[in-house]
Amino acid sequence: MLEGLSSSLQKALGRLRSKGKLTEEDVAAAMREIRLALLAADVNVKVVRDFVEKVRERAIGQEVQKSLTPGQQVVKIVYDELTSLMGGSQERLRMAAKPPTVVMLVGLQGAGKTTTAAKLALSFRRHQHRPLLVAADVYRPAAIQQLKVLGEQIEVPVFELGTQADPVRIARDSLQEAGRQGADVVILDTAGRLHIDEALMDELARMRDAVEPQEILLVVDAMTGQDAVNVAQSFHERLGLTGVILTKLDGDTRGGAALSIRAVTGCPIKFVGTGEKVEPLEPFHPDRLASRILGMGDVLSLIERAQQAVDEEKARDLEARLRRNEFTLEDFREMLGQVRNMGPLDQLLRLIPGVQRIKGIENIDWDDKRFRRIEAIILSMTPEERAHPELMNASRRRRVAQGSGVTVREVNQVLNQFDQMRQMMKRLGGLGRFAGRRSAMQAMKALGGGLPGGLPGGLPGLGPDLGSLPGGAGGSGGRRHHKKKKRR
Amino acid sequence: MGLFDRFKKGLEKSRTGLWGRLSGIFSRSRLDESAFEEMEEALLAADVGVDTSVWLVEQVRRLAREQRVDQPSELPRLLAQAMASAFEGLDSSMHLATSGPTVVLVVGVNGVGKTTTIAKLAHFYRRQGKQVLLAAGDTFRAAAIDQLLTWGQRVGCDVIRHRPGADAAAVLYDALQAAQARGADMVLCDTAGRLHNKAPLMAELSKMYKVAQRELPGAPHEVLLVVDGTTGQNALNQARTFREAVQVTGIAVTKLDGTAKGGVILPIVRELRIPVKWVGLGEKMDDLEPFDPAAFSQAICEP
Repeated sequence: MLEGLSSSLQKALGRLRSKGKLTEEDVAAAMREIRLALLAADVNVKVVRDFVEKVRERAIGQEVQKSLTPGQQVVKIVYDELTSLMGGSQERLRMAAKPPTVVMLVGLQGAGKTTTAAKLALSFRRHQHRPLLVAADVYRPAAIQQLKVLGEQIEVPVFELGTQADPVRIARDSLQEAGRQGADVVILDTAGRLHIDEALMDELARMRDAVEPQEILLVVDAMTGQDAVNVAQSFHERLGLTGVILTKLDGDTRGGAALSIRAVTGCPIKFVGTGEKVEPLEPFHPDRLASRILGMGDVLSLIERAQQAVDEEKARDLEARLRRNEFTLEDFREMLGQVRNMGPLDQLLRLIPGVQRIKGIENIDWDDKRFRRIEAIILSMTPEERAHPELMNASRRRRVAQGSGVTVREVNQVLNQFDQMRQMMKRLGGLGRFAGRRSAMQAMKALGGGLPGGLPGGLPGLGPDLGSLPGGAGGSGGRRHHKKKKRR
Repeated sequence: MGLFDRFKKGLEKSRTGLWGRLSGIFSRSRLDESAFEEMEEALLAADVGVDTSVWLVEQVRRLAREQRVDQPSELPRLLAQAMASAFEGLDSSMHLATSGPTVVLVVGVNGVGKTTTIAKLAHFYRRQGKQVLLAAGDTFRAAAIDQLLTWGQRVGCDVIRHRPGADAAAVLYDALQAAQARGADMVLCDTAGRLHNKAPLMAELSKMYKVAQRELPGAPHEVLLVVDGTTGQNALNQARTFREAVQVTGIAVTKLDGTAKGGVILPIVRELRIPVKWVGLGEKMDDLEPFDPAAFSQAICEP
């Protein structure tokens, strides 16, 4: 599998020591790697061909910047081109001059329209709108029921006329209902259909004519392969799409389909959805998807999640205590809780560039269980012990081990690593001065980066499972990781 | 309509897609390097993936050498042969219990068509006169249970269910008890769609597997991974991860009635050696066909 375009490019170009300009030979070697990387990310073959050609033209003869290797220079060009191809900046939704604004969601079966409709409604609600969800999928069994359940969860009204009604009539009537309820946004959840199904595509066109939506958004599964192009093209030709929502962009999905769709239809990608839980949709960031397609990680999303999950006030408090070196096990527990709030650990890790290149990383079970275990250990201590870990003598350790259902060894591990961490803090004592403004993030970063091996390897208790990494268990595994990162 | 014809008709779009691209190559007068390059591109466009496309082209090249083929018109036959060799040694038939109910666990990521596939399977076995019981193991997605209930009514079989949010393994347990008590022939168990990178959900799946194993010797007889035929290379990751959690015994590939070619099953079969057992070719109840590797290769490659 592809382990990040930048690394494979660097391998391909590593032998070249060319300073100055990129030669045709350099570029030719790089192009094969780029082609493979894009294909592995499911970018359409034709789109890849055009794209590689464009990059080739741009790259030949370019100065290699002093700080970069030729390989990195090529990656930078590819990244820039990808970003600009995907539209450069974020796109917003068009709102009607006179409410209600009508948004129609269309797509294949199983793309995630119904879930997306609910997420979109929630996004609108968060922005002080009054959305109305419309259940126009009369074909799939229980689709209406599904939308009703979701609507209830997020407290958004759902309009339906049962499964016997004509979808065109449902659409038309929903506008009156919106007027009656004072809703200013109408979100139409249509039935999934094949782009080659004439009758059903015609039905969509009639629905569109009946309600004249401001937005017709194609909902696309980010895992879609080469066919994404045909699908998008057909929907676009038939309906005139105004944008795309990319769903299921979790974990190891590369989302190359987004690039293909954008290239072929010119439609901007407006939102991105992850997970089945009803959370607001995220705006689409072309630059981030570019990193993702290239396997370069997505640090910006990580930072954003941290900002959402970390309680600003608590973090400031934590930071103050760090500065005075009063950091206790209780604080540590809280910190772990905040990290956990950012989402499943394995997902977070994948957002970090380079992580996927660490040997054996895919075998590690990044379950959040260990966090809970550390939490249990700390919770089994008295408040006094938490504040003064040095109190922990052998008998207390035994008691805590029993209380939290772990071995004394594990308790020792947590205590030792906590101690190491405190030592580290002492040395970093001055950090507070720099952490002034954006305290939450800075504190997080300082904590993460300051630990041996950064966040994943350095957390106590995560040690034993890192045994599969070269370098053995615990801290040394962590340090390994750190070195790897530096080598980039 | 014969089985092969239905299959061919369902794959019509797939076939014309790939064929359309390949026919250009095949109608050339000479077999040269660019013909192979174009073949590779056509395979890539069918979601076959880089590694397997390269491998297939390599096989065709070897076959052409061995059989001294120099006419491009011979290429479809060779490609079909190469594809068939990827399927070799894999049994596409369903493994049924010799006595007592056969238990089938249906797994997959969100939105691939698990519930619909279950309905079609139920219909398939009902037509053979078997008594089928459905287990509503997707207790997570809103209205998933209702969806299965509706299908149960249409197909004419009972659905064992709990409340939304209940333990899926408990649903399966009850279904197994009921199946034994009523003397049912088949238990088809739905599961919640899960993205393969969520550890807790995968653990839940392992639990269901263990419950089946414990309650009924030999169960589950089949664990079918449903793969959306429009999915790209991520399907390979899906198959890999699901296989780690449970013993996947077969693949059901869905949505092949569109323009997608479902080529991604080739790398799954070649690299992971999991047989494809079913193909979904439409939305109707009887739009599910047992997979026939020879027919698949042939239908895709031959004009």
